Amino acid sequence: MASSANKNINAKLVLLGDVGAGKSSLVLRFVKGQFVEFQESTIGAAFFSQTVAVNDATVKFEIWDTAGQERYHSLAPMYYRGAAAAIIVYDITNQASFDRAKKWVQELQAQGNPNMVMALAGNKADMLDGRAVAPEDAQTYAQENGLFFLETSAKTAANVNEIFYEIAKRLPRLQQTPNPSGMVLVDRPTERANSASCCS
Amino acid sequence: MDEEYDVIVLGTGLKECILSGLLSVDGLKVLHMDRNDYYGGESTSLNLIQLWKRFRGSDKPPAQLGASRDYNVDMIPKYIMANGALVRVLIHTDVTKYLSFKAVDGSFVYNKGKIHKVPATDMEALKSPLMGIFEKRRARKFFIYVQDYKENDPKTHEGMNLTRVTTKELIAKYGLDDNTVDFIGHALALHRDDNYLNEPALDTVKRMKLYAESLARFAGGSPYIYPLYGLGELPQAFARLSAVYGGTYMLNKPECKVEFDEEGKVCGVTSEGETAKSKKVVCDPSYLPNKVRKVGKVARAIAIMSHPIPNTNDSNSAQVILPQKQLGRKSDMYLFCCSYSHNVAPKGKYIAFVSTEAETDNPQSELKPGIDLLGPVDEIFFETYDRFEPVNEPALDNCFISTSYDATTHFESTVDDVLNMYTLITGKVLDLNVDLSAASAAEE
Repeated sequence: MASSANKNINAKLVLLGDVGAGKSSLVLRFVKGQFVEFQESTIGAAFFSQTVAVNDATVKFEIWDTAGQERYHSLAPMYYRGAAAAIIVYDITNQASFDRAKKWVQELQAQGNPNMVMALAGNKADMLDGRAVAPEDAQTYAQENGLFFLETSAKTAANVNEIFYEIAKRLPRLQQTPNPSGMVLVDRPTERANSASCCS
Repeated sequence: MDEEYDVIVLGTGLKECILSGLLSVDGLKVLHMDRNDYYGGESTSLNLIQLWKRFRGSDKPPAQLGASRDYNVDMIPKYIMANGALVRVLIHTDVTKYLSFKAVDGSFVYNKGKIHKVPATDMEALKSPLMGIFEKRRARKFFIYVQDYKENDPKTHEGMNLTRVTTKELIAKYGLDDNTVDFIGHALALHRDDNYLNEPALDTVKRMKLYAESLARFAGGSPYIYPLYGLGELPQAFARLSAVYGGTYMLNKPECKVEFDEEGKVCGVTSEGETAKSKKVVCDPSYLPNKVRKVGKVARAIAIMSHPIPNTNDSNSAQVILPQKQLGRKSDMYLFCCSYSHNVAPKGKYIAFVSTEAETDNPQSELKPGIDLLGPVDEIFFETYDRFEPVNEPALDNCFISTSYDATTHFESTVDDVLNMYTLITGKVLDLNVDLSAASAAEE
């Protein structure tokens, strides 16, 4: 859930989409500016954070990758819990991945927070020769379902920063903090006086 | 799934998910399957519709209870000791980043027909109405001894070797009466029966220290913490850890038949006509019913209420331990209450559990003393479940089977089982020496 204080907004962002659509590649491009042609299936790191400054606020995204649990439809409800934004990714060269993206949107509408900002990303936009999904179709679908749509390329970086920036702009500025906010256990010392946390 | 794995884990209960996570982090190739289409197995949390499906057939829950999705009703309700073994595992694995916790408001004990706050320190002992004026002073001295006791500092031992002296002998030295011994043994040291009295006192002293240190940790009204949205979040978080380290997840896999070679050793698991190969299987008792035996039965009631448990200082979350002796039973009874303050029910609603080890053929009536403490309820459900423990020899068949969850309202015994299984599976001892004294909580 996004929460704001002095226009610093923390927002959990989840990625959804078919295996191979390029979810991890988009994140790696956005967070580290890297692209690997043959990205292995996600292993070892599935939790990134990256800060984006927009006009009136600084948004710190906590980005959750699926860690491969989408492969056999075994994504846990915890994944959606408290997400303020989602990017649903498909591969423009693969019609089936677009059909699956629509299923993920339905899943989000059922499980997610109703105020969630949803973006539809037609990835691999550099591979125009293999195009199987017309941008008009995706645009129409996105409009009908309350998403915004961009074609992206993790390889060339086209529209990658833009899609996160656009989400940051669209996040509600004054979201209610979830009731109640909890504490996160950490392995480091904090002041005793502060450690009582927020259990009022 | 027609591949070879180092370990196949069956069932996504908390124990199996912790093991799956630990083994994946160790670099083992793990396949984790569950016959259900949800995470958590027996230790899942249910929303209202799922709850009604399970206990009331196809009935629809009454509208006045609020939205189904606002409910996360634990099927194995337990609290987490703030300095206990599960917190060490959570910090060791860094799974804490997927979870938010909140302190539990109150810890109580039932004594002579009344509910009392559990006194955990010498100062609290002096204030507690549980004891008369002279007993308070004796108890205070004993509490100070326990607080000051350091295993590796003989000066604090006052000449007693607690690995030999029994708890009974230690307590006799302080002249405490049976009533005091009862709440110390059951509500502070969290023993489930009275066998501890004849065992070396060191274990009880350590358990009392754990309680007091956990209580001090978050300055709440209890030594316990609990995750927002219910315990069902825990297996999901450990499953995510496993997946992040390469574990493969498949829910909704029917059958999951464990295959054996001629020597009786595990060689794989078959589901939907496909066999995944593996030389080791980790599972809950339901996946290998021929290798476990029934060791008991837990009786419990789940109530939805519009008020906290009476006489618990309006605690939005609380535990009440009813020591066996107070009820004339062989095993303790536990009350557990949780509410909207931990996001497990809508505003104004409380979920209460009464659980105990069943001792008769009429377990529902055994729960009555606990249920009577709840006051009026909106809805109440009764259930019993059998507890199993493995009878196989893992060295011979490479099957590592967890023990069913007990009736206690905390996780200490759960984590013991997990750590023992981890050692059996890997031959290693998990080093849980995280710096707990330094570890603390940050606000989200």
